[in-house]
Amino acid sequence: MAAVAPKNKSAITLKGSAEIVCDYLNFGINSILFQRGLYPPENFQSVENYGLTILMSTDNKIKEFLSTTLSQLKEWLLQRCVTRVAMIITNVKTREVMERWDFYVEYEGNADEPGGAVSEKPLKTIKNEIRDVLKQIASSVAYLPLLDCLCSFDIQIYTKSDVDLPGEWTEAQAAHVKNAQSVKMRSFSTNLHKMDTVVTYKNED
Amino acid sequence: MSQFKFVTEMNNLVTMDGPLTKGPPPRWQRKGQENYQSSNNLSLNSSKQKSFSTSITKTPTKSEVKSKKTPTKTPNKNRSNGSKTPTPNKTASKTPVADRFIPVRSMSNFDLAHYKLSQNEDTSDSPTQKELQKAMFENLHGANIDSQKILSYTNKPPTAPAGFQNPMRVIYTQTKTPASVKSNNRYIPQAPDRILDAPDIVDDYYLNLMDWSAGNVLAVALGAHVYLWNAGTGNIEDLLELQGNDYVCSLAWIQDGDHLAVGTTNGTVELWDCGRAKRLRVMDGHSARVGSLSWNSYVLTSGCRSGQIIHHDVRQREHIITTLSGHTQEVCGLKWSPDGRYLASGGNDNVLNIWQSQTGSHHTNNQPLHIFTAHQAAVKALAWCPWQGHVLASGGGTADRHIRFWNCNIGSCINSVDTKSQVCALLWSCNYKEIISGHGFANNELIIWKYPAMTKVAELTGHTARVLHLVMSPDGSTVLSAGADETLRLWKCFVKNSTKTKTGVQTLEKPSILKQCIR
Repeated sequence: MAAVAPKNKSAITLKGSAEIVCDYLNFGINSILFQRGLYPPENFQSVENYGLTILMSTDNKIKEFLSTTLSQLKEWLLQRCVTRVAMIITNVKTREVMERWDFYVEYEGNADEPGGAVSEKPLKTIKNEIRDVLKQIASSVAYLPLLDCLCSFDIQIYTKSDVDLPGEWTEAQAAHVKNAQSVKMRSFSTNLHKMDTVVTYKNED
Repeated sequence: MSQFKFVTEMNNLVTMDGPLTKGPPPRWQRKGQENYQSSNNLSLNSSKQKSFSTSITKTPTKSEVKSKKTPTKTPNKNRSNGSKTPTPNKTASKTPVADRFIPVRSMSNFDLAHYKLSQNEDTSDSPTQKELQKAMFENLHGANIDSQKILSYTNKPPTAPAGFQNPMRVIYTQTKTPASVKSNNRYIPQAPDRILDAPDIVDDYYLNLMDWSAGNVLAVALGAHVYLWNAGTGNIEDLLELQGNDYVCSLAWIQDGDHLAVGTTNGTVELWDCGRAKRLRVMDGHSARVGSLSWNSYVLTSGCRSGQIIHHDVRQREHIITTLSGHTQEVCGLKWSPDGRYLASGGNDNVLNIWQSQTGSHHTNNQPLHIFTAHQAAVKALAWCPWQGHVLASGGGTADRHIRFWNCNIGSCINSVDTKSQVCALLWSCNYKEIISGHGFANNELIIWKYPAMTKVAELTGHTARVLHLVMSPDGSTVLSAGADETLRLWKCFVKNSTKTKTGVQTLEKPSILKQCIR
């Protein structure tokens, strides 16, 4: 998974680290789609990774959307210009924001030599950290309110202002949840990227 | 408040026409007019004579303000403008109105006034407010509002098909699922045979607080106490009480005999001889609470909150045989298969491990034979099939809600069924080819399933909180459920049909199989 650095076989380059982050997001977002019941469960297929069984969407349009978004994100991660990735769940009819999953990106390690920066953190440790977050995502249904309406999702990437807008991308409005309540999940780090996962949901009371 | 004050003022002005216009103008009005004239004079004067201006300028400006405002308030002006509504004016509150204008609420148009007010506020997005917003954003998000872009891909993902309903509804709503109508050729009582009180039972999904011995004695842990209830005689005995804040986390009877293993919060496993009500030994080895126990001959296997599993040889002074580390979180389900070939362990890390016993011994290898990760939540409910030694049933927690069946010889999932509710406990019947499951929210019920078709045979409701544990009587006729509502309920749901099982009794009463029923 990680690109191999010349010095150390287990070292993770910036590119490899960005790939780990994107892989996590792919699995995490799919898991959210399944666990929050956004799409029919028969459109999901179980895949083993991180020592877990994760349900991934088999819908081609969703797959395509995620792969395009995440490959673009990977580029921006390499340029160190992403601060946050937000997954927005909205009510299809009223366009109300029901829930927001924020994935905050922090950059660690030496920023002066991008490309040269490597992490010595063992891949297994990182995968274990990711596994723990994914487990928390799966168990979040125990406290999150029911999304009792037809919902869709979107991904917004918060970047620095000097980023060029690629084709087919637009600037979006920040999505805010009314009467919001947040729960922070565990975080994981590749020693190059640190990722915090926070879910914000509408408090019913 | 200011809004209402303003509204009343406005109304005063509007409704005052009529009586006041007749008669002389009020004193304050006359005064205002005088001031107006004098200010005009003064301004003329001041332009002419500069020496005056320095001393008097203050008064003219003041009076000018007054004189400008007051005329607009006069009834005269209002009358001349006819139906025109007065425009909101910030200085309006300065005019003396209190003594004469008594507000008439019934005639005031609050809606309009409020609309006008709120509209005014919206349009006045002052630069200071913008500045404040910016500062707030910087404080909250650590970045300037202008130095950040929010980007999204324009080709949005599709929405779910119309008419699709969130399948997670089952977790949140109390809908009674109609039992599949299966022609039953036996009677299953819908109400419990008996209800026992279980005060202070710990409402914790991860513990195992009940076991029913082959000698027909039920052991129940309530807080720090362990009680023994003799199901034959009805005698109750208080076996032990833990000191301090410790409580009992798990109980397990040895297959044959009077020995009870007790797991505690401080990581020890105590061995009790219940015939003499005497503690035989205390075995340590765990760093956290021991939430699950299972016997295999002289080997007692204990699972800990730390995720470790220890095989204890209860005959030896050095009792720890091996330590298994196949879980990263609390081990909440632990069951030896009836023939002692496999050990199943389920953890809060959503992993179900199958360990194979070493040939010729009663403990297992250090590496799991199979690792099943299909459950999406903690795996607590575990039960081995009494008639197929390699078939295991496992149930997952709230996020999973599935009962899965595993063939442990080849390591595959045979079947899975969505129960739409947290699975807390599972038991196989040894009198019928059926399996019973205990559930949490929403119905807090017990469900009897036909195996292998997995059609519902019966749903037993009555618990007002989730069903935590299930145990079966040694004869296999009665199931006892412990609920978080602090009751134990006895259900006579597997009573043998005496006319029908004449032939079946022979096989069932073999001691070896009878033992299997209990585990």
